[in-house]
Amino acid sequence: MSVAVLRFPGSLDHESAARAIRTAGGTAAEVWHDESDLPGGTRAVVIPGGFSYGDHLRPGAIASRARVMDDVRRHAERGGMVLGICNGFQVLCEAGLLPGALRPNATLSFVCRQTTLEVTDPDAPWTRALGAGAHLSIPIKNNSGAWFGDPTTARVALRYVGEDALGSVDAAAGVLDDRGTVLGLMPHPEEACDPLLGSADGLALFQAAVAA
Amino acid sequence: MTTLEPPLHRQLGLTDWEAGRIDELLGRRPTHPELVMFSLMWSEHCSYKHSRRLLRRFPTEGPSVLQGPGENAGVVDVGDGWAAALKIESHNHPSAVEPFEGAATGVGGIVRDILAMGARPIALLDSLRFGELASARSRHLFARSVAGIGHYGNCIGVPTVGGEVAFDDRYEDSCLVNAMCVGVVRHDALLRSAASGPGNAVVLIGNRTGADGIGGASVLASAELDEEEDRRPSVQVSDPFTERKLIDCCLELAGRGAFVALQDLGAAGLTSASSEMAAKGGVGIELDLDAVPLRQPLEPAEILVSESQERMLAVVEPGRVGEVIAACDRWELLATAVGRVTDGGNLLARAAGRVVVDVPARLLADDAPAYDVPIEPAPEPEPLQLEDVPAPSDLAAAWRDLLARPNVASKRWVYQQYDHLVGANTVQRPGGDAAVVRLPGSSRAIALTTDGAERHCQLDPRAGGAAAVLEAARTLACVGARPAAATDCLNFPNPEKGATGWRLREVIDGMSEALRALGVPVVSGNVSLYNESGSRAIYPTPVVGMMGLLFEAAASVTHGFDADGDAVLLAGAATPRLDGSELLGEARGRPPAPDVPAQAALCAALAEAAERRLLRSAHDVAAGGVAVALAESALAGGLGVEVTLPVGRRGDETLFGEGGGRAVVSCRRDGETQLAELFASHGVALKRIGTAGGAHVAVDLGGQPVALGLDEAAEAYETGLAEALR
Amino acid sequence: MSRVVITVMPKQGVLDPQGQAVQGALARLGFSGVEDVRVGKRIELSVTGDDPAAAAREMCERLLANALIEDYRVEVGS
Repeated sequence: MSVAVLRFPGSLDHESAARAIRTAGGTAAEVWHDESDLPGGTRAVVIPGGFSYGDHLRPGAIASRARVMDDVRRHAERGGMVLGICNGFQVLCEAGLLPGALRPNATLSFVCRQTTLEVTDPDAPWTRALGAGAHLSIPIKNNSGAWFGDPTTARVALRYVGEDALGSVDAAAGVLDDRGTVLGLMPHPEEACDPLLGSADGLALFQAAVAA
Repeated sequence: MTTLEPPLHRQLGLTDWEAGRIDELLGRRPTHPELVMFSLMWSEHCSYKHSRRLLRRFPTEGPSVLQGPGENAGVVDVGDGWAAALKIESHNHPSAVEPFEGAATGVGGIVRDILAMGARPIALLDSLRFGELASARSRHLFARSVAGIGHYGNCIGVPTVGGEVAFDDRYEDSCLVNAMCVGVVRHDALLRSAASGPGNAVVLIGNRTGADGIGGASVLASAELDEEEDRRPSVQVSDPFTERKLIDCCLELAGRGAFVALQDLGAAGLTSASSEMAAKGGVGIELDLDAVPLRQPLEPAEILVSESQERMLAVVEPGRVGEVIAACDRWELLATAVGRVTDGGNLLARAAGRVVVDVPARLLADDAPAYDVPIEPAPEPEPLQLEDVPAPSDLAAAWRDLLARPNVASKRWVYQQYDHLVGANTVQRPGGDAAVVRLPGSSRAIALTTDGAERHCQLDPRAGGAAAVLEAARTLACVGARPAAATDCLNFPNPEKGATGWRLREVIDGMSEALRALGVPVVSGNVSLYNESGSRAIYPTPVVGMMGLLFEAAASVTHGFDADGDAVLLAGAATPRLDGSELLGEARGRPPAPDVPAQAALCAALAEAAERRLLRSAHDVAAGGVAVALAESALAGGLGVEVTLPVGRRGDETLFGEGGGRAVVSCRRDGETQLAELFASHGVALKRIGTAGGAHVAVDLGGQPVALGLDEAAEAYETGLAEALR
Repeated sequence: MSRVVITVMPKQGVLDPQGQAVQGALARLGFSGVEDVRVGKRIELSVTGDDPAAAAREMCERLLANALIEDYRVEVGS
């Protein structure tokens, strides 16, 4: 039930992610980057969006070397679920927990807009309840959101539908590790958990975390 | 030296009279650092010496006002125990010099003003003016300013939810970048900047102090520095990562009650922050300049006036200094005790063990001279004679061209570069009338907008000032909000020349009349004068930032048509005119003066209709007239519309004429009677003009059909701005 | 054909937020004694023409560097 939400200097979406976890019926525990261990009883980890360390050097590079990441790696190796959203996706790639890297958008600018995603790999705990082909309306907002990797070996969990994917290889919006328990996602599901804000489609991902 | 240099005070921008006045107030000649400090604190920028007397004409009080003008930001009650802090500020000149950093640091400054109230910043808006995009320089300034605003706002995690941009030759030499921020704070956590408690520590938090933004560095150099050091950078580089840490850390400390007072370091840096904190609290402050962390060696005067960004000054009880420094350490922020609060009221600074400054703080903060500006009315322009305006031969083509004009076209190219969602409270995104942001943990929301009416202000400043306020109120009312508070940025040319002083007064009076009719107080603001070059002066450009309240975020209304068969109606009775309109494309003629009480009633009717959930859409009729408003509502809803309009004096005037006080609304067919009764009870005209549906925006103009396909309209409206930037 | 390497660095005295963030990260990773970090850009060009250095300097003035906040250095190889 308990989901750890990491926080680095420059994290921005930790509170929205915690709210989404609570909406999904779980409890969220904020974990400071300098901790050596995740809290006991952590079932899933969310690395929220933001500009950790100002995106300096490379987005996610400095945060991926934070102390708490050692325990996140151990958690992942045990098969624990990890969701990296936007900057969190960048952190997971920099940490070597996900394949590939995130490059600057093809527009060479920040892009904030609603996107439609399609589930392309339903054989993972993150996507199983949604099912293959399910469509989700979730916003993106990033500078460096173009995934670069080998789609023949990587598991692409979600793809952008029917629009420019900002230069992402294979229109990938979300990428899984081999096991399917670590998910990196460029769009922001925590911004899509309330119909008042335009969509509640993102809630399914937090429900998956809570069910871990 | 062989040449005769003018006296230092003149090089610093002080008049001979002002220099004499400083001598008289001090009872001696000021030291060099003191003279530099006076020159900045007594500048127009810090003291508003040419506008202060006129600003007193604004209404600033109301039952919900918790803090009026004079603090870092104004604060009003918004219910449920929440207060909202709001302020708008200009960063025009720095943006003209280096648009990316200038615009970015403008955002940083206004966010720290909100933070200084103990409030969490939850929304940003930006009001921009540039020259026409045919000019390469204007394209550069515009694109880089937008990038800078995005860079900063995105990185600090405060959503940029709205704003406006307009292009006109008059801004070619002097662009305008005004940034507005709104924050929320629980009533009992509101902070202020008045220092108190002699013996308390003064702690500087944030970035090191460098030679950033030291105005007139050459002047400082002539007195103190050799020529090598003369070429110091005055461009401030933004550091949004540090700003975000400042927000997180200061709010954490404020939440624990660790601050006695808090103030941001803006113009004139440590000088203004410390003198204002001391003067407001009726106490003194002693600063140890040797303790200030520096990025490079600086003279005492430079340390005192450096405008290095991302710094805050806090008054902290001596027993809690360790706690403050520890919290800052955790956030990897520098925090240094640089002084203490004293009895007596003087600002005193020591460097290398020597007292270099010792002046009553209020002389710096409060006793700058105030000047009257010359009041010379401009000749009243004549209303346009319609026969002098060529009628477009093809009204549909004119309509399409208007939709593609940068002043009308979708601003998606701009707001797509801004994170307008972070925080997960944005109920209505940019692109509509006003933005709607939910209050954290509440069903209530605030609505936010910025509006100006510069061409109208040029032609008839009093009516234009009122029009700017009324347009802001109307855009709030269109989303269902009741206007609650305003902040304003008065961007004007040189007030000592020509009719500018008169225009300034007239604009303020016009704004005040409308604000009083709406019951909306001005709680904060900013004045930016001298926006002119040798050859070109800007229009008088008051930018009105306004906040409205919605009791139910879920009751907010969007501007897109909702369902096939819905009734489409025109609310308000104003007569459209082409004077000063976007179709005309210049400030010519004389727009009709707004009927202020009638427009206030329109706002009340719209808000009540939204609260009673009678509206399916509502949209302000602004630039481009009713034709553009209809097209925008159709495009936003992805649904066409068919209306019939009386032809009036001439078709183009009916379609594209402006003149405030109208809104295009839609409702269920079976809700029309109720809506009509509601508007009648407010004495506001409401006329059924057509029906939503189909794939065209079609107007029957007294028997003459004028129509655009939705695709055709979308193509013009969605690509207009990007095309102009190519 | 000349190979030109241009180094663009934040001007001395101008805040370098990136260098500051990297310096903090190095300290956290245990690298002691790093007293200053500045981060800039390296741009490599292959240029034909008589005076590649002058051309590169003009490119810096007009585009590659922002003279208000950045310095540049031009090195010409063969």
